[in-house]
Amino acid sequence: MVSIASDLPVSSTHPRWLIRAALLAIAYLVIPFVGTSYLFEAILLPFLALSLAGVGLNLLTGYAGQVSLGSAAFMAVGAFAAYNFNLRVEGLPLVASIVLAGFSAAAIGIVFGLPSLRLKGFYLAVSTLAAQFFVQWALTKFGWFSNNSASGVIDAPPLAIAGIGFESAAGRYLFALTIVTVLTFLTLRLVASQTGRNFIAVRDNETAARIIGVPVLRTKLLAFAISSFIIGIAGVLWAFAYLRTVEPAGFNLDRSFQVLFIIIIGGLASIRGAFFGAALIVVFPLALSRLGAFFLGDIFDSGVLDMSQRIVLGGLIILFLVLEPDGLVALWGRSVRRLGSVFGRS
Amino acid sequence: MHAMTYALEGLGTSPFPPDVQEHCLDLDGKAAPSARGSGGSNIQLELEGISLSFGGVTALNNVDLAVRRGEIRAIIGPNGAGKSSLINVISGVYRPDRGRVQIGGNSYAQVPTDKLARLGIARTFQNLALFKGLSVLDNVVAGRAYTVRSTFLGQIARVGVARGEEVDAHDRTQRILAFLHLENVADRLAGTLPYGLQKRVELARALVAEPDVLLLDEPMAGMTATEKNEMAGFVRATRETYGTTVVLIEHDIGVVMELSDRIAVLDYGRKIADGTPEEVRADQRVIDAYLGVVPENEDGAGI
Repeated sequence: MVSIASDLPVSSTHPRWLIRAALLAIAYLVIPFVGTSYLFEAILLPFLALSLAGVGLNLLTGYAGQVSLGSAAFMAVGAFAAYNFNLRVEGLPLVASIVLAGFSAAAIGIVFGLPSLRLKGFYLAVSTLAAQFFVQWALTKFGWFSNNSASGVIDAPPLAIAGIGFESAAGRYLFALTIVTVLTFLTLRLVASQTGRNFIAVRDNETAARIIGVPVLRTKLLAFAISSFIIGIAGVLWAFAYLRTVEPAGFNLDRSFQVLFIIIIGGLASIRGAFFGAALIVVFPLALSRLGAFFLGDIFDSGVLDMSQRIVLGGLIILFLVLEPDGLVALWGRSVRRLGSVFGRS
Repeated sequence: MHAMTYALEGLGTSPFPPDVQEHCLDLDGKAAPSARGSGGSNIQLELEGISLSFGGVTALNNVDLAVRRGEIRAIIGPNGAGKSSLINVISGVYRPDRGRVQIGGNSYAQVPTDKLARLGIARTFQNLALFKGLSVLDNVVAGRAYTVRSTFLGQIARVGVARGEEVDAHDRTQRILAFLHLENVADRLAGTLPYGLQKRVELARALVAEPDVLLLDEPMAGMTATEKNEMAGFVRATRETYGTTVVLIEHDIGVVMELSDRIAVLDYGRKIADGTPEEVRADQRVIDAYLGVVPENEDGAGI
C-alpha cells in the first residue's frame, strides 16, 4: 500500500478545535431546527452511520494497515447483539445494550483478526471475507438471533434514553450524532496516543516495530478489537436509527465494500477522511439520480441509475487510487492551503 | 577509490610486524591488546561460534565476536561477507544454525526480538526502516514503545501512568532531537526527509531507547562526505555522552579506521581478522581479502 500521510493541518490561522467546535455547534444547534425529514432520513442518518463505520475501518486498515473486507459482518454483529440484549435482558438501558453490542462485535473481531498474525495484505483481506460470509450465514440460519421472526426482518426497538424518546427523524439524528461525536472524539485521542503510534509502526514496518519493542501481535488484535467495536456500534446506528429494521441482508458484502470505498476515497489514516468519504458515498447516488432525471428524463430509470452508479463509483475509485491515494482529505488540505495563500497575499 | 587510498596509507603506517598481528588474531580478539586498555572481564555482548546459512549458501561460518562495554566496534568486509547477517543474528531477526549470543549474562540460541529493547539493544537498518506515515517526532517517541505499561484506555483518558509515560517520552525525545540537531524537522513526515536526515532520525529512534548497545547497520551508506563526517561525529558523541557501546557496520574504511576502537573483518562468512585499526590495516589476510584488492564495490557498496 502507498505510504499514507496522517491528517494534514486544515489551516495554520485557525486552531483545529475551533473548527471542530463550530461544526458541532452547527450540527447540534442549527441543523435540527432547519433540517427537513428528507435531509435526516435520506442523507444525514446514513451519513453518520457510514462515517462511524469508516472511522472504525480506518483504524484497522488506514492506521494499523490490516485490510479487512468484513466490515458489514461486524456491523451485523453489532445490530443483532444490540437487538438481542435489548430484547432478552429485562430493564437494560438502551445505551448499555449498544455498548454491549460493541463488545460483542469486538470479540468476533478478535476471532477473525487471528489470521492477521500470520497473513498480510491480500491474503488477510480474503480471510476476512470468511467473517462476512460466516456471520451472514449464522444470522440467517439460526432463528434465535432474529427472535424466530418469520421474515427474518425485525423492527428495531424505539430509541430512548432515560425515558426521553428519540423517535422523530430529528431525534434519531441527534441520537446518532451524539454517539458518533463521542466515539470520534475518543478515536482522535487514541490515534494520537502511543497505541495509535503502534498501529502506524506496525503498518509501516513490522520488523522495525518489533525491534523497538512494539508488541506487534497484541497491537494487531487490539486494532481488530477496537475497530470492530466501533463498526459494531455503527451497525446499531444503521439498523436502529436509519433503517429501523434489523435484517442480515442489509449487511452483505456490498456494504463491506462500501465502507472500504469510503476510507479509500476519503483518505486512509485520516479520521476526517472517513466523514468526507461517507458524505460522497451518500450524496453521490442522490445527486446522480437527480441529475440523471433532469437531463435524461424517463430513460433514466432505476435500473440505469443503479448501473451508472456502479460505473461512476468504480471509475472514481480507480481515479483516486491513481491520482490521489491520500484521498479527499488530501485534496481538501491542498485546496484550503491554496485558498489561504491567495487570501493571505491580498 | 576511497578504500584503496586508505588501504595504501594504512600499509605505510603499520606499527606492528606481521607476526605480531598473526599472534593477536589467534587470540581471537578477546585477549588482544585493546585500544582503551581495558581487560576482558567487561564483555557486554558476545557471539560464540555463530554459523548461519540460507539454503546451501553459508552466510556466517563459526564466527566469534566479543564487544566490550563502551567501545566502538566495527565490522567490515566485502559485500556478501555476512556483516548484516551478523547484526540480524544479534537482533534476533535471524536464528543462527549453530552458536549462541550472550547479552548481559544471558545466553540465547535466538535472541528474542520482541524483548530486544528491554535487553538494552537498539539498532538501525541498512535500508531505512522508519515509519513513513509518522512525523519525525512521533518516530522518535515510538522508540520508547518498550517502556509503555499503560493500556489504550488510559492513553485515551490521558490520566495516570499513561500521562506520565507520554510526558516522559516527549521529554526524552526533545533531548535526543536536540542532541542530533533534528529539532527543525520534528514536525515533518519522516518519509519526506532527504536520505541523510532519515538515517539520522533512525539513529534518534534507536538512541531514545537509551540502549546499552547500539547496532548500526551501515549508518553512512549513500551519504556525502560531509554527511558521513557529521554522522561519525554523532556516533562518537553518543559514546562520549551516553557511554553507549556501539557495534558498527560500515563500508567506508576511512571512517571506520578513525572511529573504531576495534575492528573485526569478515570475508565469506568467516572472521579473518580482529583487532585495533592499526593491526587490521596491516594484516596481510585483510589486505588480500579486502583492502588491497578493491573489487568493483566502491560505488555500489552495500546496496
